[in-house]
Amino acid sequence: MKPHTLHVLVENRAGVLSRVAGLFSRRGFNIESLTVGTCEEPGMSRMTIVVLGDDAEVEQVKKQLNKLIDIIKVSDITERSTVERELALIKVTAEPGESRAEVMQIASIFRAHIIDVGAKSVILQVTGDSDKIDALEGLLRQYGIREFVRTGKIALIRGSKSSKSQN
Amino acid sequence: MKTGAKLLIEGLQREGVETIFGYPGGSVLPVYDELYDAPVRHVLVRHEQAAAHAADGYARASGRVGVCLATSGPGACNLVTGIATAYMDSVPLVAITGQVPTSMLGNDAFQESDITGITMPVTKHNYLVKRAEDLPQTVRDAFFIAGTGRQGPVLIDIPKDVMTAQLTEAPPVGSHRLRGYQPTYEGHALQIEKAVALIGEAERPLLYVGGGVIASGASEEVRRLAELMVIPVTTTLMGLGALSCDHPLNLGMIGMHGTEAANYAVTECDLLIAVGVRFDDRVTGKLDAFAPNARIIHIDIDPAEIGKNKPADIPIVGDARRILEAITHRLAGQDGRDGWLERVHRWKASAAAHSDGEDTLSPAYILQEMSDLLGSSGIIVSEVGQNQMWAAQHYCFRRPRTWISSGGLGTMGYGFPAAIGAHFARPEETVVDVAGDGSIQMNIQELGTVAQYRIPVKIVILNNMYLGMVRQWQELFYDRRYSYTELPPVDFVGIGRAYGVDGIRVEDRQDVRPALQAAFESDGPFVLDFRIDREANVFPMVPAGAAINEMIGRRQA
Repeated sequence: MKPHTLHVLVENRAGVLSRVAGLFSRRGFNIESLTVGTCEEPGMSRMTIVVLGDDAEVEQVKKQLNKLIDIIKVSDITERSTVERELALIKVTAEPGESRAEVMQIASIFRAHIIDVGAKSVILQVTGDSDKIDALEGLLRQYGIREFVRTGKIALIRGSKSSKSQN
Repeated sequence: MKTGAKLLIEGLQREGVETIFGYPGGSVLPVYDELYDAPVRHVLVRHEQAAAHAADGYARASGRVGVCLATSGPGACNLVTGIATAYMDSVPLVAITGQVPTSMLGNDAFQESDITGITMPVTKHNYLVKRAEDLPQTVRDAFFIAGTGRQGPVLIDIPKDVMTAQLTEAPPVGSHRLRGYQPTYEGHALQIEKAVALIGEAERPLLYVGGGVIASGASEEVRRLAELMVIPVTTTLMGLGALSCDHPLNLGMIGMHGTEAANYAVTECDLLIAVGVRFDDRVTGKLDAFAPNARIIHIDIDPAEIGKNKPADIPIVGDARRILEAITHRLAGQDGRDGWLERVHRWKASAAAHSDGEDTLSPAYILQEMSDLLGSSGIIVSEVGQNQMWAAQHYCFRRPRTWISSGGLGTMGYGFPAAIGAHFARPEETVVDVAGDGSIQMNIQELGTVAQYRIPVKIVILNNMYLGMVRQWQELFYDRRYSYTELPPVDFVGIGRAYGVDGIRVEDRQDVRPALQAAFESDGPFVLDFRIDREANVFPMVPAGAAINEMIGRRQA
């Protein structure tokens, strides 16, 4: 079992996400993260799906995805050289004084931004790969994480190669 | 001015639809109003499930897309079993449902159901049409999707206000516009070369053919390849009729209730040429013990089926007919495979020597008599259970599309309405529904439909007053504890009569042939109630999960 990253180009239509998610759940595929948004091609969206499984399982995932009428192209970019990012927002307890200063210092080391300051807490915004976000979360836990949200992974192949509908 | 409902009917006509099966209701009334004087025949069934099965039977008998129509909410939900049945057996079907007006969508309005959500897992694709101007193109796309590639059901859900919307001009209809849907038909040339080489080298090859061969019209190509290279052939339940039952290379059905010859042959073959099959668990039994010594060529139009259950040495994606043609074209022929054929024929002969010799009213006898009387002229539709397996084992299928049965989903109640659909597809053929007393009671209300239109479907009930197949499992695996499988006697002839349908009850072997003759000679629907041996079993049988050559109930040589 290892994580595979798939780029899935889909028609930008109502219900597509539900078709994809439904396919995963009813066939028992283990979805790790799924992000979706519009992309460079008009009328289409790109999903970045991270799925856990062995090679045979992921092969079956790809084939089943390809059967959905609204899916235009499925590319496995796991073995490609890619840049990957996640975004996280972390609301952390930071009383004015020493602990707030420490939190701000940690934020700066991780190139995170403080995007809101409250009486007893601050909100950090951080982007990076999953490991970086995990590490920051680990460090901030001692101060008390009040709320934590993160997006799934998005990824692009490095260089001029792409996973467009035609290439 | 044209309404959405009118555009829908025009769309159906454009696709060449002549017959649809349906049941009216509030949300679909604008369509029914258009149907009142449209040149499309509508058959009124008694339950929406029957509409879906009838459309399915129509599709399987004709090879064309079947169409059913129902109202919103309960009407749409009642289609679901029929749609799922078609999905599991890859049957081209377009289901049209009425829906509450768009302004009420999602409000839990009266007779509202999220039918696109409900049918998502059991359709090839589905649509909720929100604008009348999208209707013509949606109908075009739906028929294209249903009838191409790996065929399957497509649902179109139409809110009532979309049906009544008035358009000043009909929107143009182009060819299909589906960027993500491009089925592969031609097999990969290199893979075909490899397959040709393997077939040439094999010492004990076996063709294993299924529903995909029927769907692609590849029966002739199967026969040609088998004869040219002297390869024995076994078919799945869905592939019966792909090669005539009396062809010397035909070993009969494979799988849980398959023949000894087929199940032994697959265990011993060194090359398995799998065409239009999906290695279903009812065929393979224990996967590791299925074709354990064989290299596998797997030909299928759906890439997702290749390697899903059993890895293939040579996967070939595409249309079975074209690929078999390409393969056969490159082969020179084979002198003989004497040793292999001899073994295969010995298995076949030992089973044949022990067939029916009894004097009771056995299902085998009834089906053999039926086969004898109809020759190659009938279409046999079955329900699900013992009746289905007996029909598959004992009726001699000579042509494709003469055997219609719910394979994948195993839907009790399928046969009778599917037989109605088959009649409309091929009115010149005698259509027989082989039923059990359990199954027939699942859609028995369709006696009303056959009576109303005088649809000459013959219902052959193999009546043992049990849910026979479940009882058989209880006998073999649950210590004869017949928990809730006994059914009280029913006067099926009397029920038929109440609807205005003729019938005969048969209790003795010598009355079988005259009763069948009377039914086949009648020009209307007919009920035959055969009181068979109560505890007759379907043998041979491979217990679920066992290896395919571990058959029980084998008659001793």
